[in-house]
Amino acid sequence: MSQYMLLVYEEEVDPAEQAEREQVTPMLVELHAGLREAGLLVGVQRLRSTESATSVRVRDGQTEITDGPFAVTKEVLAGYYVLECADLDEALKQAARLPMAPWATIEVRPVMPPDEWLNTARRAGVDLSDEDVRNLA
Amino acid sequence: MSGDVEPADAVSAAIARAFRDERAIVLATLIRQVGDFQLAEDAVQDAFEAAVTVWRRDGVPANPGAWITTAARRRAIDRLRRNRSVADRAERLAELTRLDAQHEEPSMNDESTIVDDRLRLVFTCCHPALEMPARVALTLRVLGGMTTGEIARAFLVAEPTMGKRIVRAKRKIADARIPYRVPADEELPDRLRGVLRVVYLIFNEGYAATEGDRLVRDELCDEAIRLGELLSRLMPDDAEVWGLLALMLLHDARRAARVDPSGQYVALDAQDRSLWDQDRIREGLAKLERAVRLRRPGEYQLQAAITALQIQAPDAEATDWAQIAELYGALGRLNPSPVVELNRAVAVGLAAGPAAGLELLEPLLGDPALERYQPLYAAHAELLSRGGDAEGAARAYERAIALSANAVERAELERRLGALR
Repeated sequence: MSQYMLLVYEEEVDPAEQAEREQVTPMLVELHAGLREAGLLVGVQRLRSTESATSVRVRDGQTEITDGPFAVTKEVLAGYYVLECADLDEALKQAARLPMAPWATIEVRPVMPPDEWLNTARRAGVDLSDEDVRNLA
Repeated sequence: MSGDVEPADAVSAAIARAFRDERAIVLATLIRQVGDFQLAEDAVQDAFEAAVTVWRRDGVPANPGAWITTAARRRAIDRLRRNRSVADRAERLAELTRLDAQHEEPSMNDESTIVDDRLRLVFTCCHPALEMPARVALTLRVLGGMTTGEIARAFLVAEPTMGKRIVRAKRKIADARIPYRVPADEELPDRLRGVLRVVYLIFNEGYAATEGDRLVRDELCDEAIRLGELLSRLMPDDAEVWGLLALMLLHDARRAARVDPSGQYVALDAQDRSLWDQDRIREGLAKLERAVRLRRPGEYQLQAAITALQIQAPDAEATDWAQIAELYGALGRLNPSPVVELNRAVAVGLAAGPAAGLELLEPLLGDPALERYQPLYAAHAELLSRGGDAEGAARAYERAIALSANAVERAELERRLGALR
């Protein structure tokens, strides 16, 4: 067996269009349950929008923190970490400790908690039970 | 608190006073208690609206701040009960209900809690993970007393744009969990520099206005000084906090003399010194002395010392430019920047003659960072003119005029250009 990472890229859209996209959530609940049953799913998480992103770089020994996501240039995604932190300061501190930080950019994105994922879909009018949250993420 | 109905204007005045004096303090307390910026702000807003009716009916309470805090917390409880999407809703409700069951507002009587709450808020509003314009706007909105509309006018952006900027910043604080606390000791010096930068930026935006309405700009200066005073109360052991406050006061003391009655910009050496605010100068010098006594030199203290030397001299010619040049040298070593080097060149030019100044200035003319920096060409022109090169000075003035975005400043440059001929 080998592990593969599926990276989901999408354009961020206005709230009305986003509400339409939330309609796929029941399909996700079903899909994730199936993947889990088949022993294929290692993990799935939804990220909050890039509005809550912060980028960290270390240059000349100085930590540089900037508001916003990593602007794609010629760099490519090389890996990822999922950290459990008390708050953003802790996450930024750990990001700056990575030995790659002197040449890489570490984009720090908050993960949306599963129950909030569920509530986001509910606010868009999707009918979901509290049980579904266990299958979703 | 008698049964008499209070006159409407007395109630309005009491509410206005509470808004001005207590809003930021109440907000800071509530943000700690509810753990959410937006929720706390909405609840404080609700409480002030409720005060209009209740105070008119029952009289102005003995402690308006405590009343507003209690009312705001109850509004926050109502809002939390209605809003299912808030994270940790149950825990927050439990904590708020517990606080509400207490008989008095302990925090309102406890100076150190107020200080802690406000200090935490300073570091949240000036967090490096927020973009600079958002830090500035949030600081003015949350810690200062400015409305979104006033901030928008001061920064020459449309009110909805400023509103979005503030909303987005608050959302990021909540979503990314930007903490609401004073940074740990090892991060504190760096983060405090960041806070001072925000305050100085607010002051500069008001003081060195490159465009826009004078009146709103003055408001920014006042607000920055109030924030500086707040920081000096919150962090009295930091020399740079006092240094920044001194610097702002010493600049601000000359506010009235910087523009003549027709709105024309007046250069330092031509200013009517009788228009300088002597009380402000004394105040600024006292803060600078306090900073120096802490024996931790820094960039704001050096800048304040430079300004103090300029102000204390009887006139421009009698200014100790050699000492100023040395202070700029120290500033440049601490914080190398082409702008500081430019100021050093000007001071050297005035202390040791235009040739010595030009020698330091020449390399800056090729610096891409200063390519569109108006003061570089104005200084170049001034030094060339003093050195007798009227033709070169005219070319430099023309360059400076083309780069100036401020009508008052441009008029002054044009006057100097005219005086060459």
